[in-house]
Amino acid sequence: MQPADLSAIDLVAAVRQGDLSAVQCTEAFLNRIQYCNGAINAFLNVDRAGALACAESIDVRRRSGQPLGPLAGLPVAVKDALCTADLPTTAASKMLENFRPPYDAFVVSRLRQADAVIVGKTNMDEFAMGGSNENSAFGPVHNPWDFSRAPGGSSGGSAACVAADMTPVAIGSDTGGSIRQPAGLCGITGLKPTYGRVSRRGLIAFASSLDQIGPMARSAADCALVLETIAGHDPGDSTSLTDAVPRYTSLLEQPLAGVRVGRVPEHFAAGLDPEVAKGVEEAFAVLKAAGATVHDIAMPHAKYGVATYYLVAPCEASSNLARYDGAHYGHRASAKPSSAFESPLIEMYCRSRAEGFGPEVKRRIMLGTYALSSGYYDAYYAKALKVRRLIRQDYLDAFEHVDLIGGPVSATPAFKLGEKTGDPLAMYLVDLYTVSTNLAGVGGISFPCGFTKSGLPIGFQLQAPALGEPLLLRASDRFQRLTDWHLRRPPNLTALCTPKG
Amino acid sequence: MNASTSETQVPFTTIIGLEVHVQLQTLTKLFCGCSTAFGAPPNTQVCPVCLGLPGSLPVMNQRAFRLALKAALALDCNIASFTKWDRKNYFYPDLPKGYQISQFDLPFSTDGTLEVIDPKGTIGPCRVGIVRVHLEEDAGKSMHDETAGSGDTRIDLNRAGTPLCEIVTQPDLRSPQEARLWLNELKLLLVYLGVSDCNMQEGSLRVDANVNLHIPQPDGRIAKTPIVEIKNMNSFRSVERALVYETTRQWGVWQETHAEMGKTPKQTRGWDDPAGVTRAQRHKEESSDYRYFPEPDLVPVTVSSAQQAAVRSEMGEPPVRVRKGLETRWKISAYDADVLVNQGRQLVDYFEELATLIGDGKIASNWLQQDVLRTLNERGGTIEDFPVRPAALAELIARVNAGDFDTSRAREIFSEMLASGRSAADAVLSMGIAVIGDDELVALCRDILAANPKIVADVKGGKEQAAAGLIGHAKKKNPNINPGKVRTICIDLIRAMQ
Ligand SMILES: [Zn+2]
Repeated sequence: MQPADLSAIDLVAAVRQGDLSAVQCTEAFLNRIQYCNGAINAFLNVDRAGALACAESIDVRRRSGQPLGPLAGLPVAVKDALCTADLPTTAASKMLENFRPPYDAFVVSRLRQADAVIVGKTNMDEFAMGGSNENSAFGPVHNPWDFSRAPGGSSGGSAACVAADMTPVAIGSDTGGSIRQPAGLCGITGLKPTYGRVSRRGLIAFASSLDQIGPMARSAADCALVLETIAGHDPGDSTSLTDAVPRYTSLLEQPLAGVRVGRVPEHFAAGLDPEVAKGVEEAFAVLKAAGATVHDIAMPHAKYGVATYYLVAPCEASSNLARYDGAHYGHRASAKPSSAFESPLIEMYCRSRAEGFGPEVKRRIMLGTYALSSGYYDAYYAKALKVRRLIRQDYLDAFEHVDLIGGPVSATPAFKLGEKTGDPLAMYLVDLYTVSTNLAGVGGISFPCGFTKSGLPIGFQLQAPALGEPLLLRASDRFQRLTDWHLRRPPNLTALCTPKG
Repeated sequence: MNASTSETQVPFTTIIGLEVHVQLQTLTKLFCGCSTAFGAPPNTQVCPVCLGLPGSLPVMNQRAFRLALKAALALDCNIASFTKWDRKNYFYPDLPKGYQISQFDLPFSTDGTLEVIDPKGTIGPCRVGIVRVHLEEDAGKSMHDETAGSGDTRIDLNRAGTPLCEIVTQPDLRSPQEARLWLNELKLLLVYLGVSDCNMQEGSLRVDANVNLHIPQPDGRIAKTPIVEIKNMNSFRSVERALVYETTRQWGVWQETHAEMGKTPKQTRGWDDPAGVTRAQRHKEESSDYRYFPEPDLVPVTVSSAQQAAVRSEMGEPPVRVRKGLETRWKISAYDADVLVNQGRQLVDYFEELATLIGDGKIASNWLQQDVLRTLNERGGTIEDFPVRPAALAELIARVNAGDFDTSRAREIFSEMLASGRSAADAVLSMGIAVIGDDELVALCRDILAANPKIVADVKGGKEQAAAGLIGHAKKKNPNINPGKVRTICIDLIRAMQ
């Protein structure tokens, strides 16, 4: 049996029992990466030597009977928005092309402590801004189900990586849907935990009040395994929650009988692709078959989610990205004295930022700067915060009546690369079903619930109240015990990929 | 409320408000664990947080918040039960994140006062309202490297992230002298509380002043000149000088232009200390839009009344109460109490220990002001390191009171104690000063009288001043004699002969 055919849980067990060495496991996935990544571009950086050295040390320790971490030998790909002390960390931006952080993100050090093997850094939309991965300064990622299509974004590299079996699990980050939407478009499972459940320390900030790191894997059970390791309080992140972390993998057994799942009728309004609508309705039927009940609920402010999100997120981003000014690190433009600037300092700032940032990042910095400016603050940012509170209240009200909220992840299956790049507004609407989760600070998960006639995955989303990860994972796992959509693999992938070198 | 203490009454009122930035005396920075010690080599006290590296996050230093709370409580401010952090956005190379974490619309404290009474009575009591006290992080330092000739700027981020308390006053000050006096009191208060060392040379205390003139018009209206903010003053003396200069300058401009507030934008002027003038700064710096918004990386801070009480309980006495205490406990003048209190808490502790030991505040105060402070001024150093401790000085003063030696001899012994660190008794021994017992002294006097019948006859004849000759003879026999005592004994002995 090939390592790629095993779940993460089985891989870890195989390594622990000595049925598979960490080196064998790591090599198998590294070879797969070498084979597939040229066509998919999911990785910005592969640390073959580092990964093998790490695997080797795990094997040495296992042979000498020393204790191993809970993820021992598990190859993990990490979104390039998370700092890694030994690997370049670029956020897919020219601005940080040559940046090497002096420290590991909290999540990365948790993974290392658990003896996971970090194989590389995955491609993404620049600074996590985008829903198609086309905003990467280092080229788009190709959807493993159809290379001419986008994998979604911003964690498109992590999603494609898992979909193409290049690693069993990957780490993504989700600010407005950046884990769930690419997971949906690539046919894998992606969890955005409750805000504060996973420390943001070392995650290159896009919008601090919305950003959350989470696992992406083939199944909910594998997500549970990774979440157990990366969740927990971090005194270095003031917004991280102090609540104890449950053993998510041990909470999957309880049946779904009596679980109430909410359904928002507005989600099925015009704009939702009929094949997606059908897949989502069938997913509700599976949940019912598993014992859950389905109830229509109202989310009256959901329609303001995208507008609110595109004020809150750019405002925070305009400030979070101010540090990339060429003065201390990152891209600095070479001096070309010009009378167009009022001082050499202003010239350095302007040129460095003009050259270092891509168009979408610039667009959002300008949106945010404008909305925070004196005279506009009340009309935009302050109003957005008010609506955000209303949206949060919608969730609180809804969770009085239901335990979970189900629905589509995105309105369409994977779209063609280039299809929306000329229309930023159309691109912003890909976040329609996902942004409210972040605005409310609750958790959400997406997993495949079917395929279109042309063979593209359809995603289903579940959302839960704050710290409802055990139920999110249990319901998804139950769904995956009754279906096999998550086990499907992109057809002909091996044939389509041209080996590199 | 009138303008100045000069003899000629000026036809306007000076209106001054201050904005004071004080570095808090914490070991570590406001949002990271880096040291705040002054004077380390550039960029050696930095970490990903204060360097603003990608992914780094701030964590509030609880001790800094407590210190700021202490300052605000001592300034009689209202403490907000809920306070939050805001980002003040602007680009500058000494601000690595591109924003400063500060407090905008919900500062942790507002509406305080600090009243100052001039003990010398030259300036009337001034009661200054405090608009707000808030906490923020300091920026780094930019140093323009002139020597390189290339106009390069070097950045030192050791200071970046140091906790800073901003204290904003109401425009309640009415003269440059008042401003200086008030600043002195504020500084003293913060030092007494242990909130800050207020070292202006090291930049622990920085002052900006807002000033304009209110000029009564013939029609009864008050004309107000445009407010000017003065920056770059690095001592309280500079603050006073800059305000004097600015007052005169504004009066001159008013007479020429009659320009009033609101018609021209608020101006920022920098104080040029060597030249003794303020100069207009570039307009660009004034019109910044800081795009404040709530800092999403930090959680709001709540302050319970129990926390306030805890801070209050460890607050100690403010200088104003210490002065009053010294006056009533030790019966010293307000002026003397002020001199002692202005030297700091440690000197006051020294004084009280000394006064208790000798049971006399006035004598203790005299010794402190005349001998201890003079010596400190000459040698430098602090009272904590002063070699003569209160117990030793008390012993010396007791011997002076007992008549063992006169004051000038006592000063010599004091110098020896200073130099050697010896006790009074040991210093006396080491100086070869054998203190003569009363019996011995009487015997010595008898010998002198026997040897100088002429003087004895003169004294007997009523010329008591002739006894001075006896003292000279006594000194020759034993240099340690107390001249006053010898004189008294001799005259008593001569009288007894009659
Ligand atoms: Zn630091």
